[in-house]
Amino acid sequence: MSGLLILEQSLNGLQFGLMLFLLAAGLTLVFGVMDMINLAHGSLYMVGAFLAAWLVRLTGSFVLGVVGAVILTGLFGMALEAGLLRTLYARDHLSQVLATFALILILNDGVKMLFGNDLPLSAPDALAGPVELLPGLPYPAYRLLILGVGVALAFLLYLLVQRTRMGALVRAGASNREMATAMGVDVKRLFTFVFGIGAALCAVAGALLGPLLAVQVGMGENILITAFVVVVIGGIGSIRGALIGAILVGAIDTLGRTLLQHLFREFLPPQWASAAGPAVASVAVYVFMAVVLAVKPQGLFPARS
Amino acid sequence: MTTRPVTFCLAAQSLTLSLALSLLTVGAHAADKVKIGFVSTLSGPSSALGVDIRDGFLLAVKLNGGKLGNLPAEVLISDDQFKPDVAKQLFEKNIKRDKVDFMTGVVFSNIMLAALPEALDNNTIYISPNAAPSSIAGKDCNALFFAVAWPNDAYHEAAGQYANTRSLKSVYLVAPNYQAGKDSLTGFKRMFKGTISGENYTKLGQLDYAAELAEIRAAKPQAVYAFLPGGMGINFIKQFVGAGLGKDTTLLLPGFSADQDVIEPVGGAMAGLFNTSHWSPDFTNPANIKFMAEFQKEYKRVPTLYASQGYDSALLIDAAVRDTKGKLDDRKAVLTALKAAHFDSVRGPFKFNTNQYPIQNYYVRTIGTDGKGGLINKSFAEPILKNHGDAYVQSCAMKR
Repeated sequence: MSGLLILEQSLNGLQFGLMLFLLAAGLTLVFGVMDMINLAHGSLYMVGAFLAAWLVRLTGSFVLGVVGAVILTGLFGMALEAGLLRTLYARDHLSQVLATFALILILNDGVKMLFGNDLPLSAPDALAGPVELLPGLPYPAYRLLILGVGVALAFLLYLLVQRTRMGALVRAGASNREMATAMGVDVKRLFTFVFGIGAALCAVAGALLGPLLAVQVGMGENILITAFVVVVIGGIGSIRGALIGAILVGAIDTLGRTLLQHLFREFLPPQWASAAGPAVASVAVYVFMAVVLAVKPQGLFPARS
Repeated sequence: MTTRPVTFCLAAQSLTLSLALSLLTVGAHAADKVKIGFVSTLSGPSSALGVDIRDGFLLAVKLNGGKLGNLPAEVLISDDQFKPDVAKQLFEKNIKRDKVDFMTGVVFSNIMLAALPEALDNNTIYISPNAAPSSIAGKDCNALFFAVAWPNDAYHEAAGQYANTRSLKSVYLVAPNYQAGKDSLTGFKRMFKGTISGENYTKLGQLDYAAELAEIRAAKPQAVYAFLPGGMGINFIKQFVGAGLGKDTTLLLPGFSADQDVIEPVGGAMAGLFNTSHWSPDFTNPANIKFMAEFQKEYKRVPTLYASQGYDSALLIDAAVRDTKGKLDDRKAVLTALKAAHFDSVRGPFKFNTNQYPIQNYYVRTIGTDGKGGLINKSFAEPILKNHGDAYVQSCAMKR
């Protein structure tokens, strides 16, 4: 296994991790600040992807389509919070799980009625091919764009949460909600705002991943489970935890699918290696989560300590 | 669970005719209608295949004036929701309560294998419009089971043979890590004579293939063969092209990974790819010309190979009911008539082997322009595998 291959796989892992972060950031805030389990978070990812595909076709511009989809999904998320999810905060987790699971089914069928089972969405032509990063290392230009956007958004989110007043309120809400309310924080508005940001981040991930993956009904459910793993590893309510957890999960998943299989081939008889490699790769992320929970039951960076 | 019975109104004339016929016959009675239980995946992300099979099946019934073999046809359609346990319950309901004459419809092998015992144990004939696993071709073969489409590994054998004719020296194989994935690559390797430069079993349902594509680039094969059904294939092909691998590496696909339902979402990147199938939209036999025209008129879209299989399944039942003159009670005669398969298939000539799996031709197809701005499959004139059966028929004890 050459150095170039390891470098390429690291980029792949980082790119996957950053997209997971966009999903997990919203999820961890909603979970941490509002103490609300939102299973329908993945549906917002789907809504964002469908809106992007629809707007890109309508406007003929990839950038306009993606920006439009992010804004619309953010507004949709806020409307959802104000209209429906708000009534669930006072309820127990079981009610929240049931209600948001119902929301998954409703949104899936709603999107299917509006747009059909899937929509085509392609990367802009200028980014369709590979770029020669180093001699002998072509890398898809579109994945580089995803990397860039992911890094930029992670940085922006860090500034927002650590350096602004709104961010201070969010952090206060995540570490002790009752105290924050008692200190006069307008929790209602804060929750709607947080939910809108979470939805918009979902839309960014959905719109950017759309051309690589398929824009189809039910696309949110698969990635939601991994996003939950990231939230649990990083510590509920912590943006920093979500970022580090997401990059770790991205790296472990990618390296598990590649490096681990090479290792198995070195040390195990071939028939064992070909059976063990894929089996271990598919559970590597969950094994890592179990180890983290055994050592730090609150996750790596708990917001509440 | 949704059940939608589709009943075709019967003409009074034909009713009197069939009544008259039934009075004339001695012994087995001619039925007054033919009842079919159709269970398929009609909702969720994998529904496109089941919907096409259903539409093809119903089109054949409609073109027949709502009849199969001169008997009014009642098709009970229900959705298995991509769940084996739901399919099993629906089979039980169709067979025990509705007392259907034939069962058909299921897309996926794992779902069919769960539900099939309901039919076979209750002496009900199953006409498989798609799934045809190797186990039922071999040691578990059954006189009540007819595979209308193609044995599960036939497309992969054809692809392996095509790699030989292209004199490809090294091929890299990709498939999901489950039984059908492993079977498919076994099929490819059974025919392919060159070296396998790597094998990669991915997670079932995986959507991002960046890591696997990097491995492929490092392995430098001449060609890649990918068995990735449904959305997995769509993503793999898009990313394969995006990574720039298409320039030096030939991508070979099984027909269902390069059919109309994949061409639409992937788009221009599909142009020029090679794939293998037992059917192609450009076949010029009269049955297929009629099928292509009527399907597009009825549903305003180009049919996939799944639609052709649904259509053929209905035609097979039609032929068997006609040949037995509607005497569906005479189980032996019905089975003999099914096995004879007296109908013009849209795929051209085919016949059933002793294990009731098809012996037929397989073709290489390439994707080119349809002249209206879209893409469509075009078949090579000469089949890549001629009168091809399957590798498991020897272990089938059935010798009728």
